[in-house]
Amino acid sequence: MSKPLKQVHLAAHFPGVNNTTVWSDPDAGSHIDFGSFVHLAQTAERAKFDFFFLAEGLRLREQKGRIYDLDVVGRPDTFTVLAALAAVTDRLGLAGTINSTFNEPYEVARQFASLDHLSAGRAAWNVVTSWDAFTGENFRRGGFLPQDQRYARAEQFMRTAWELFDSWADDAILADQESGVFLRDSGAGRFEHHDDHFDISGVFTTPRSPQGRPVILQAGDSEEGREFAAATADAIFTRHATFDEGRAFYADVKRRLPAYGRNDHQLVVLPAATFVLGDTDAEARELAQVVRLQQVSGPTAINFLEQVWNRDLSAHDPDGPLPEVDPVLGENTVAQGRASVRMYRDPLATANEWRALAEAKSLSIRELMVEVTGRQSFIGSPETVAETINAFVQADVSDGFILVPHVTPGGLDRFADTVVPLLQERGVYRTEYDGTTLRDHLGLDLPPSAIRAAS
Amino acid sequence: MAELHLAVALDGAGWHPAAWRLPHARPAELSTAAYWVDLVQEAERGLLDFVTIEDAVSIQSSTRSGPDGRVDQVRGRLDAVLIAARVAPTTTHVGLVPTATVTHTEPFHVSKSIATLDHVSSGRAGWRPVLSARADEAGHFGRRPAPDLDREVADLFDEAGDFVEVVRRLWDSWEDDAEIRDVATGRFIDRDKLHYVDFEGRWFSVRGPSITPRPPQGQPVVAALAHVAPAYAFAARHADLVFVTPTSDADAAAMVGQVPGVAQVFGDLVVLLDDDERTAHARKAQLDELAGRELVSDAEIFVGTPAQLADLLVARRSTGLTGFRLRPAALPDDLLAITGRLVPELQRRGLFRTAYAETSLRGRLGLERPANRYASA
Repeated sequence: MSKPLKQVHLAAHFPGVNNTTVWSDPDAGSHIDFGSFVHLAQTAERAKFDFFFLAEGLRLREQKGRIYDLDVVGRPDTFTVLAALAAVTDRLGLAGTINSTFNEPYEVARQFASLDHLSAGRAAWNVVTSWDAFTGENFRRGGFLPQDQRYARAEQFMRTAWELFDSWADDAILADQESGVFLRDSGAGRFEHHDDHFDISGVFTTPRSPQGRPVILQAGDSEEGREFAAATADAIFTRHATFDEGRAFYADVKRRLPAYGRNDHQLVVLPAATFVLGDTDAEARELAQVVRLQQVSGPTAINFLEQVWNRDLSAHDPDGPLPEVDPVLGENTVAQGRASVRMYRDPLATANEWRALAEAKSLSIRELMVEVTGRQSFIGSPETVAETINAFVQADVSDGFILVPHVTPGGLDRFADTVVPLLQERGVYRTEYDGTTLRDHLGLDLPPSAIRAAS
Repeated sequence: MAELHLAVALDGAGWHPAAWRLPHARPAELSTAAYWVDLVQEAERGLLDFVTIEDAVSIQSSTRSGPDGRVDQVRGRLDAVLIAARVAPTTTHVGLVPTATVTHTEPFHVSKSIATLDHVSSGRAGWRPVLSARADEAGHFGRRPAPDLDREVADLFDEAGDFVEVVRRLWDSWEDDAEIRDVATGRFIDRDKLHYVDFEGRWFSVRGPSITPRPPQGQPVVAALAHVAPAYAFAARHADLVFVTPTSDADAAAMVGQVPGVAQVFGDLVVLLDDDERTAHARKAQLDELAGRELVSDAEIFVGTPAQLADLLVARRSTGLTGFRLRPAALPDDLLAITGRLVPELQRRGLFRTAYAETSLRGRLGLERPANRYASA
């Protein structure tokens, strides 16, 4: 007997402040006007997506000591724009990236509880960590956190936030006008938490929200990050979207769950994925190459190279060969505020690998950068893309995808209109929302209830 | 005679601690979006200048020393900035002025959240900075000891001043035309039009620029409530609009004199209204009885008819106040009396707008969109 078909989960990532986003496209709109957020969120809701996702970075990126100007720059405050989106959507989950280093649990917990109330149970929190003094320059404490403490703080931060969410019983508010009893329990909201990172106590301001706690997303990929996710996350946002890498990652994180008393369904694995649609596969492939060249302009190619070489390469011609000098080893000082530079752990090896590739295929710098960075995950006709997504999900590459359109705000329109109906025809994707909360959409249980006041 | 400016202050079920027990109150819905949308839309139907939304990083209490453990009054609240953001797309003209604390929070976060509120409301955002001086509030953050209020009040205001300064610099850290999308050179922004704010003070240093482009109003409206000398000084220096709490016309004149140079000075009043004066007083007595004590407030408490309130506003306005912030004793009853009775009364007297003209909050308050401090002329 074959196993039952898995249902595909889809989410929409607002185009980011990186070169995946093609701002030079004639159809590209504002990245800050609220109308762009409304367009993408309403498209995602029309397509019955699980959630809308917003990334956040707390300092503008720099390269060679200057603000990086080749990509989209500027974004809204995460909580504020998500709360506003709750007004123009009904069912769509609203996921925000919030940093656990440059925030405090009391404030973040009340913001997420408020968002969950104001959206009637649709809030999700992508917990990210940072430690760098560069970002810290925008905050009271500066670069206070040693790098090896960032997950420890993140985990304690989240557990502290959970205690705050749990500090109000579901039924703490009686509001009986007749008897004059508003609270069942004078201790509603009381909490106390003491550990290496947080030494706090008092009364939490915000009553328990519809989902109890926001859905927790995590994106960590290191060994430590994976354990953290297995222990605490409801969903993982990963970059492993190719078949083999995805399957390996999927198996790896799901295998870690039993140690925490959790089952497979309690952690939804969602890689970020890009896509290019055409009327035919051939047309989509052509279009994909056009988009890649838009994404990697000559100046962008040189900047990418500088991130690995860790030195100024502005004198090099993007249409010429790779530099003969080697990368500067040690701390990356060229690109600041960019998490991706940590991917190049061995710049010399990367450089040699790229030199070999450029040699073999006789590629210029720009052609090489097109080749080695960010090829689209799904390229094809709607039929091909729907079939591939479904096949990937059924093969446990993932439980679905967080789609990253490359054009703001209309980049999801065609997907919603053409791919989603094909997934629905295959019986692997909802035609209507079954529930009202994001936990409902993701098939997650409510978190263990807090104390019940009524007894 | 120039028109009056009129705002309402929204807080829980209203400003009387027993308001939640009245028949029209919705005490079980205080944490829902629908409750706040209904209130703010009503304020907009009444053509009010703006609403303020109260907030604090501590639970409501009848004492200043910390939580009182009472179960007979409204306890629990949502983040005010997020309420304002949730309401913004459901309204088109009314200004939105949430409260956000400056004592334990990050100027960088507050700056971008109010800037974003301005973006999502197309230029209707304001912000009321408040201090969080209570010991229990310090305990919620655990980052510094509770302030000694006998010695450190001046410090708290000093820090608040630095905080507002940083928030304002960050709002200006992007010039309006910084986004260029120049395909020929591949540049999305002209980075010479983004600015480090490089604030270094006693309490914090902040590098900038903001991650959020300059808000539509340039500088959202900063509104401060002032009762005491250091608060007047703070407000005079940092606010666009000040709320004061006079209990007489003479008082009002003196308070206006405390904040020289501030364009808008609003008098605060708690209001309990009814078309019949005796009924208004009876309602007040009923609420006081439910609460078990007479209502006390930092602001004058007005009990009477909308016409009587209009008389008071007109008289008090002659002291130099430019507008009033009314704190409805009970919601929605006293809000409905403001929008349905007081506003028409003022309109009959030619003292209040009959339609919204300006769309931005600054525009409505006669505040120009300020030039960017970092832009070279």
